[in-house]
Amino acid sequence: MGGIGASVRRLEDPPLLRGTGCFAADVNLPGQLHMRVVRAGLAHGRILSIDTLAAAAIPGVVAIWTGADVASLPPIGFRQMGLTALEPYRQPILAQGVVRYVGEPVALVFAEDPYVAEDAEELVLVDIEELPVIIRATDPIGDFDAAHGTEPTIIRKEYGDVGAAFAAATHVVELDLIVGRHTGVPLETRGALAEFDDATGMLRMHGASKVPHANRLAIARMLDLPSERLHLHEGHVGGGFGIRGELYPEDVLVCLAAMRLGRPIKWIEDRREHLMAANHSRDQRHHIRAAVDAKGFVLGVEDTFFVDQGAYVRTHASTVPDLAAGMLPGPYVFPAYAAAAHVRLTNKTPAGTYRAPGRFEGSFVRERLMDAIADRLGMDPVAVRRINLIPSSAMPFDRGIDALGTPLVYDSADYALLLDKFLRHLGYDALQARLAARRAAGEHVGAGLAFFVEKSGLGPFDDVRLELYEDGRVELITGVASVGQGVDTSLAQITADQLGLSYEQVTVTHGQTDRIARGMGAFATRVTVMTGGAIVLAAAKLRQRLLAKAAELLQQPMDSLQLRDGVAGPTTPGPAIALPALITACLAEDGTDRLTAEATFESGHMTYPYGIHLAVARVDAETGGVSLERFAVAYDIGRAVNPLLVEGQIQGGAAQGIGGALLEEFNYTDDGQPLSTSFADYLMPSCAEMPPVDILLTEDAPSRIGTLGVKGAGEGGTTAAGAAIAAAVDAALGRRVPITQLPITPARLRAAIAGR
Amino acid sequence: MKPAAFDYHAPLTPEAALALLATHGEDGKVLAGGQSLVPTMAFRLARPAVLIDINRIEALNFCRPEGEVLRVGALTRHARFETPVVTGPLGLLLADVVRNIAHTPIRSRGTMCGSLAHADPASEWCCTALTLGATLVAASTAGERLITAGDWFQSIFTTALQPNELLTEVRLPMLGSGWRCGFSEFNRRAGDFALAMAVVALQVEGGVIREARIGLGGVGATPILAAEAAALLVGQSPGEVVWSEAAERAATCFEPTEDINATPEYRRDLVRAVVKRALRKAVAT
Repeated sequence: MGGIGASVRRLEDPPLLRGTGCFAADVNLPGQLHMRVVRAGLAHGRILSIDTLAAAAIPGVVAIWTGADVASLPPIGFRQMGLTALEPYRQPILAQGVVRYVGEPVALVFAEDPYVAEDAEELVLVDIEELPVIIRATDPIGDFDAAHGTEPTIIRKEYGDVGAAFAAATHVVELDLIVGRHTGVPLETRGALAEFDDATGMLRMHGASKVPHANRLAIARMLDLPSERLHLHEGHVGGGFGIRGELYPEDVLVCLAAMRLGRPIKWIEDRREHLMAANHSRDQRHHIRAAVDAKGFVLGVEDTFFVDQGAYVRTHASTVPDLAAGMLPGPYVFPAYAAAAHVRLTNKTPAGTYRAPGRFEGSFVRERLMDAIADRLGMDPVAVRRINLIPSSAMPFDRGIDALGTPLVYDSADYALLLDKFLRHLGYDALQARLAARRAAGEHVGAGLAFFVEKSGLGPFDDVRLELYEDGRVELITGVASVGQGVDTSLAQITADQLGLSYEQVTVTHGQTDRIARGMGAFATRVTVMTGGAIVLAAAKLRQRLLAKAAELLQQPMDSLQLRDGVAGPTTPGPAIALPALITACLAEDGTDRLTAEATFESGHMTYPYGIHLAVARVDAETGGVSLERFAVAYDIGRAVNPLLVEGQIQGGAAQGIGGALLEEFNYTDDGQPLSTSFADYLMPSCAEMPPVDILLTEDAPSRIGTLGVKGAGEGGTTAAGAAIAAAVDAALGRRVPITQLPITPARLRAAIAGR
Repeated sequence: MKPAAFDYHAPLTPEAALALLATHGEDGKVLAGGQSLVPTMAFRLARPAVLIDINRIEALNFCRPEGEVLRVGALTRHARFETPVVTGPLGLLLADVVRNIAHTPIRSRGTMCGSLAHADPASEWCCTALTLGATLVAASTAGERLITAGDWFQSIFTTALQPNELLTEVRLPMLGSGWRCGFSEFNRRAGDFALAMAVVALQVEGGVIREARIGLGGVGATPILAAEAAALLVGQSPGEVVWSEAAERAATCFEPTEDINATPEYRRDLVRAVVKRALRKAVAT
């Protein structure tokens, strides 16, 4: 039971519900010291001096480090999408003479307890001479350092003849659009505990997540340590969303300190630190133009945008601008396209990926454009989208550009079919009629709809090892990670499906670098597709072995046998053999305690799920307040391993999308002081702000990667939320006040309504 | 986000608490529900040397009508008001207001007197106390002082309470029949600090407003009585036209705070909206 397609309960929940989970802060080791980071209080400046005398005098303080103590270590490198032009902008693990954002690590205190460490932190006096601050990506280009400006690169994606498209256009529609700075804020802040065993020379770091294998190699390289002397261990993880688990300065620092100080070093980030030190995201300003013919068909699109990268380029390098530029065209034909992404360094917290990176922004921009075209041509917003959709007959559809280093080829889709199904599911015409009647009666209510294309299953590979024990239990060992998304359950279901077992017989081991040699980790909605593909290959080897043995024992041709419900037997009624007996027979032959199979699944392409968001918004015109009456998501996942978990992913993703559309925003003063450093100022949606999310899951376009047909579920709940909510607010206000900026704050909306 | 070191006392009687306050004065800080003090200490924005925890003083845990007033002791939690504590308009108003204070877990710890002593400009209880003309009881080893709400609120987080005094109770006037009250606030999310709020109390007799009070909160350093706006209502019959006139006057009777959530213009917009809504609610109840 619990094979592919079953909405079974999560295997990982019992310890979480019983409070016996083990998160980073729950790990403790005898003799551990607590690390506290002294952070820059100014957004840009030269460090003149750091006085540590008073702090060092506090009883319980063991050591204090400044940049000079770690000057020989390289900066944090790129994990993906690295460009040479970005290398001068990498972040040192402690500031080396210059600070570039409020929150940048400047010094470290190591103390016997975390209270003492915080007492001492306050006494470390950092004297900084202020330098000019850049706070917006569109500000004039300044100096990053003596040799480098604040615009390291412009990323371009182009195909078709954009000039000809504009020459042939009946209408040109232009928009300036802004997506605010927000990010994933996991319930669990970052944390790490490193221990070094002098006797064996082994260094271990607990608290890893997302990409343990990549971080292991990166830390080993930075510390000049053979990688076999370092292992990373993932415990329970309270959310990732792209930001948690990337390699940050603190991860390297605990490892280095454990070796140098000879004691375990623990660092747990507090929420205030988290909101100014962990990656931010979004923060883009777009100028988009469309060449449109008389019928509303878009002949070409040109988009110039500015990405506020913050103070350094971190592990994601060019990932976000690359994805934003590559995937902006979404589900539409757009025969000609040119995007230019200006990557700009500012004096704000460095930015990285956050759930639907580049696509949340790009979908907002593209779908606002489609609404503006509809307005200009006096067309229905659904109609203008329909005539621009790529037809299913054109699949696979090659854009002729790259995204995330892979050719952008939509593998399978039927966009028009999903639109039809969604409109029927919503009772769209009746809904619009009801809203029109309410508007006529004086209410400000409206519905907005937005399409999106997601990506999933990034390669290049995933490895798995299956270990089948005598009693029919199987351990799946993988190099991916769990950030709480249900990896254990969905991978157990695929394994169970392939071996004819119950999913409860499968134990999934992930995030442990000492259990499997390599692994890509959990990001880019890749796990189910890639690890699922590897499981199919490894399970086939075990199945082959077991059925060959069963054929021998049952005296039946092997191709007449199958594994099902823990039994090997014929597909038609007849003699069969229980799995434990069969395994025992195999083990006796091998002289081992388990049957093992390994496999690698490789893919050079991504797979592209897609969907539509619909929001119904009510605007309080006197206050500018927006409330959502309804939120619906249609999503084609190819094939759902566990529909319950898919719906959970979409639900949670929608909450984050709604947060970015209406509430969440990192604000700064003009001199670069962060104003959103607590949950009183950085507003995340609570259950009171969340409408029920109505989910229509379809399986009309199975993936062409691997044999399972699955596409990922991680990000589609977020992608078009900003676009749909903006359209709904537009509609609620009778299209008099076009929404061009996220989040739609009540103050901004009220000012727009009042014409200020 | 770990507080700086402090000494901790948990007296069992009001007298013991007052003795500690007399000893520690400026260095001492009273802990009731900890709704604001605990996070402020975690951020090290407050670092009292001595914490005087009054949670074990049973004598301060009361809430009862007595004559013309409702007496609310220092340990009465917000949650107590979720169902009306007295019959009549006061109980209904407090039950309406309390639902806007933070969230259930906080309401089960935070106290009305704690909010009044903390004097956050966006506190619902502060706005309510000022509007209704409450009396606050400040005790010290020297005895008790009665302070009117009008004198109590001095500035942001600043009241008439002296460092050696404890706010032992607040007395809210029991509003007799004929009084109708309303409350409205606007915030970004349920339970957040309001960007603007209004408490209104009207005495209506024979379809005519005889007496009116309008209080505003979240818009300046302290709660504000919009006396001129309230005066416009006296002698009038309840209705949309007078509500709009009063709201308009209320919106221009103060100097608004400017912060990242609201420009002064926007705060006036919000006051216009919440005053009208509070007035509508008052006559609807």
